[in-house]
Amino acid sequence: MIGGERHLLSMADLDRDDIEQLMSLTASFAEVGERSIPKVPALRGKTIAWLFYEDSTRTRLSFETAAKRLSADTMNFSVSSSSVNKGESLRDTVETITAMGVDGIVVRHRAAGAPSRVAEWVDASVINAGDGWHQHPTQSLLDLYTAREHLGDLDGKHVAIVGDIKHSRVARSNALAFATMGAQVTLVAPKTLLPTHFEGWPVNVTHNLDEVIDDLDICYLLRMQLERQADAVVPSLREFHTEFGLDVRRADRLGDALIMHPGPMNRGVEIAGEVADRPNAVITEQVANGVSVRMAVLFLLLGSGLDLVDGRRAAA
Amino acid sequence: MSADDVSRAIRRMAHEILERNHGADDVVIIGMQTGGVDLAQRLAADISTIEEAEAGSVPVGTLDATMHRDDFGLRPVMPEALTEIPVDPTGKVIVLADDVLYTGRTVRAALDAIHSYGRPRAIQLAVMVDRGHRELPIRPDYVGKNLPTRKDEIVDVNDEGVDLGDLLGEGDIT
Repeated sequence: MIGGERHLLSMADLDRDDIEQLMSLTASFAEVGERSIPKVPALRGKTIAWLFYEDSTRTRLSFETAAKRLSADTMNFSVSSSSVNKGESLRDTVETITAMGVDGIVVRHRAAGAPSRVAEWVDASVINAGDGWHQHPTQSLLDLYTAREHLGDLDGKHVAIVGDIKHSRVARSNALAFATMGAQVTLVAPKTLLPTHFEGWPVNVTHNLDEVIDDLDICYLLRMQLERQADAVVPSLREFHTEFGLDVRRADRLGDALIMHPGPMNRGVEIAGEVADRPNAVITEQVANGVSVRMAVLFLLLGSGLDLVDGRRAAA
Repeated sequence: MSADDVSRAIRRMAHEILERNHGADDVVIIGMQTGGVDLAQRLAADISTIEEAEAGSVPVGTLDATMHRDDFGLRPVMPEALTEIPVDPTGKVIVLADDVLYTGRTVRAALDAIHSYGRPRAIQLAVMVDRGHRELPIRPDYVGKNLPTRKDEIVDVNDEGVDLGDLLGEGDIT
């Protein structure tokens, strides 16, 4: 990305230096958010389109806030009220939008890889805001930023990602992200909630949360996707909570370790209600940092002029 | 200019700031990241000394105005360092400090940036070197040295590892 790509599609595209640069840029934008007028003209005249084929409240609002703080104009494409319902293909929709003149397209799609396809079709910068079970890079970046604010360098830190790994793009993104920054990543889940193979994942796997909980610096809980209960992936939510939920007893064993969650939380399923309100639970900080991280990403891709350095997009 | 000449110029500017504002009340010094930060700190220290006030009595902040620049899309633009405005600027006299005043575009960006923190009573500009070639109607209030230059020259305010910004050599002009 920083080295040459003009899109942000997957954490796999970022090396450690890229991430470090984004983190320090994020700190600059966090400062902007604290001003009495939290707005800078950095993306004045740029237009960003939201292309959300899947429900999203917090990610879209977070991107929207980030874009507004950078003075960009935004176009909202919501699938439910659009011609997608009339059968328009993704490609036609994208071409329609780009014909209106956009500099950036933020894509969320239920199909893994959809943002990469879009990136092949357009001159605009494409940002993946979540694709299927594949990747959610801006979530990973905000999680890294939040973790680093509390723990500093993540080298050698132990991170457990707990819960519904199989259906989670956050798990895939974050396993890569934390590993890239030198952390040791352990996935914790019942067999039914794990992918069938892990080739190339820089992680350890266990089915027993109690085995690792005393040794963690970060306990990252995933949302139990209740809508998948019909697939009978766990016997019952109560049993899942007993085996894999962060209850009060386990939270006590965590000590000062950070408790993180991408939201929305199911209190009483993956996390006990009381635990979510503890001082070492940084879940609302994650949301606040999300805006700063997305400002950094939008600025870097659309406004920083890095493309001028290597002569790409010179005509754009 | 030798390091001593620089110190004397800063001391003079500190006196001028006090004279112009009838003391140091409400004066806040903001150094432009990154070159103006040392000038800001030294001005504040000198003002405290002259007024026989305790060190740190004049608030000092830093400002990175990158996000307010007017050359996005013309060259790569990246924030350099953090902004830290220690007090609400509303009603204060802000003295912006920078090492070299050239086109005035950075100052223009800084004026914009400061207003997103509040509405100062006044903003004044202190620069170590005014090298001319303004492209905007901006002028300094306090000048360490007027240094006529050609546009293709570079003014280098370097530190040699002594106290930052101590050496300002005309010999450094290339």
